[in-house]
Amino acid sequence: MALVLNEEQRLLAETAREFLQKEAPVSALRALRNARDPLGYDPELWRQMAELGWASVILPEDVGGLDFGFSGLGVVLQETGRTLAASPLFATAVVGASALLLGGSEAQKADYLPQVAAGELTLALALEESHHHRPHHIATRLERSGDGFLLSGEKLFVLDGHSADALLVVARSAGETSSRDGLSVVLVPRDTSGVEIERTIMADSRNAANIRFNAVSIASNQVIGTEGEAGRWLEDVLDRGRIAMAAEMLGSVEEVFARTVAWLKERVQFGVPIGSFQALQHRAASLQAELELARSVVLQALTVVDEQPQQLAIMASLAKATLNDLGRHATNEAVQMHGGIGVTDELEIGFFLKRARTAMQILGDTGFHKNRYATLCGY
Amino acid sequence: MEDLDQFREETRQWLEANCPASQRLPNTPEEQYWGGRRGSFASDDARVWFERMRDRGWTAPEWPTAYGGGGLTPQQGQILKEEMKRINARTPLYSLGLWMLGPALLEYGSEAQKQEHLRAIVNGEFRWCQGYSEPGAGSDLASLQTRAEDQGDHFLVNGSKIWTTAADRSDWIFCLVRTDPHAKKQEGISFLLIDMASPGVSTTPIELISGDSEFCQTFFDNVRVPKSNLVGKLNQGWSVAKALLVHERKLMAEIGGDSPRKEIPPVEAARRYLEFTDGRIANAQLRSDLVDYEMRMHAIGLTHMRSFEERAAGIKGTVGLAMKYLGTEAIKDKNELLLAIMGTRGLGWEAPGFTPEELDTTRLWAMSKAMTIAGGTSEVQLNVIANHVLQLPQPPKAATEY
Repeated sequence: MALVLNEEQRLLAETAREFLQKEAPVSALRALRNARDPLGYDPELWRQMAELGWASVILPEDVGGLDFGFSGLGVVLQETGRTLAASPLFATAVVGASALLLGGSEAQKADYLPQVAAGELTLALALEESHHHRPHHIATRLERSGDGFLLSGEKLFVLDGHSADALLVVARSAGETSSRDGLSVVLVPRDTSGVEIERTIMADSRNAANIRFNAVSIASNQVIGTEGEAGRWLEDVLDRGRIAMAAEMLGSVEEVFARTVAWLKERVQFGVPIGSFQALQHRAASLQAELELARSVVLQALTVVDEQPQQLAIMASLAKATLNDLGRHATNEAVQMHGGIGVTDELEIGFFLKRARTAMQILGDTGFHKNRYATLCGY
Repeated sequence: MEDLDQFREETRQWLEANCPASQRLPNTPEEQYWGGRRGSFASDDARVWFERMRDRGWTAPEWPTAYGGGGLTPQQGQILKEEMKRINARTPLYSLGLWMLGPALLEYGSEAQKQEHLRAIVNGEFRWCQGYSEPGAGSDLASLQTRAEDQGDHFLVNGSKIWTTAADRSDWIFCLVRTDPHAKKQEGISFLLIDMASPGVSTTPIELISGDSEFCQTFFDNVRVPKSNLVGKLNQGWSVAKALLVHERKLMAEIGGDSPRKEIPPVEAARRYLEFTDGRIANAQLRSDLVDYEMRMHAIGLTHMRSFEERAAGIKGTVGLAMKYLGTEAIKDKNELLLAIMGTRGLGWEAPGFTPEELDTTRLWAMSKAMTIAGGTSEVQLNVIANHVLQLPQPPKAATEY
């Protein structure tokens, strides 16, 4: 029963919803934005999330994990999407944890994963080097130097890049800039000398940074797994991230759509609720139908991570492309159907609109994933 | 779960042993068995396959055994479907009685009606057709005007029904008729079963843009119908009709008309009719349209699965109400996509110069236009979602119920 939540997952979802609506509603993100908060999230919130076990949902029990799998993680992410909760959850507990889990040596897993599980170590994947997602287009170099390496290059759009304790940097050990082979991932503590971090303030008021590495010294035990062979597992890490982001986006879409439908029932013009007009009803009903599809796609994608890894790539692209499309459509309709108040900062709808646009760019836009789906299907 | 695994194993073995090899090949329209007084089998194998399935109750797998059904649970029914699909077993009996009338009779019929009709449906004795729409009552079905006057011991029926599928080959028709012309429109309607052999019933085929004439107009001229043929209570036929529409929409979403014409799957069509460069379709627009369609069908397939899993888990979800809309719109998209991929080879109307598959593609494209009209237009489906799922208020002044 992959497409229906089990009792454990339902409970987790309920707990998450209650907790986030109380501790991290959209107004909390607004407060962080208005205060120009230097960290960009509330560390006390993250401590509580870790206490609830969210930092370790996908991690095995032997490193202190909850071992609920991606289907468990998915319901939590959906709830964080509903309230636009800012936290290290995605960059650390999904992407960072998956990278260590899939790519790390046994010693690295034993060193880092218990800290991740406890919420004591936050991570950020430094991957992108251009303004579009191009996972193999890596010019950042990892070159041998004495017993270790030197890391040089520049990374863009690093989620949590300015706040994470350590960066997981994708760099090239060999090959041409666009080659799929010869990639390495190195773990670099944020305060390492030669690491220059510039926080970028983006439309969604969430955390991102541009980071320059100026011949940063890297010891060989900082290389995750084997040097030059990250290509074997990096794509799987990105696919997990794509599916997790789709789950978060689903939560946001559900929330923004629920708010829109409520407004259609409440707002009166021409003496009747505007939701009684067929022109709006059909648009809302068609969104509802799209939402049904998106729910099935996300649930299946989460299940695939846990149970059918051979389907991972195709489901990740289906899920991300589906939610990219729906995220844009649903937030645009939300603003339009709210009318004038929809374009004011006072209403929270604008926060959903802006977050959707950033989320669409994370780990691949619609075009990227449609192209990838077609290529995987052989046309 | 163990019991289900065992059921699957037994079902697989039984199907292997009992489904003749010829009944595991795709069938043509002429080979479909629709039962009825005038029905005939295309081959001895078709008859044997039908009889074996019938004797096991598996023409109606989930109906109670007391009425000739198989008595299977929904989970077992799903397994049977999967196992039949696995070996491409043909549907042994095509029947609106099975798919539409039967489920409504199980819910609303009297014991006598169930005894009279359900086993006959399972056995394929009569072919049924549906009499809902009228020339003046399409989407606004409740404005129907076919009258059934109470004449003491019988009803006297006058009027006409349109889009009655295969009425010229059917034995019985289930109809919505007006029994109280003074009541509010949904409240004066009754659900009536009429033997097409009754004096005063006549049919005329309607030719469609596809060139087919599956549909008829059916006329009733002073037709006498026994009162025992009323299903449910007098003037409460609308509830029966609505229940039955749910079955029809589900069916259309699932089988999408299940046309016996052979159509080329879009990806296969792309391989045959489009140029590839470096393993990719060279025409960027068509490649993009194809991936849009394929991703959508993938999502729809998963949503059917979710809908099934929800039902099996006893969750009353809202998925089902969107499926007719999504499924039939996707079929229309597919047929437009195929035409675009095949270019002028997808526009052949008659041989020579085109393969049979190419000719089918053209006809199916024309036929697909009916998918989003029959069984409730897409616009009516959106009304249903807006009002029943989202609970948006009814449009001002319109006295409608969908």
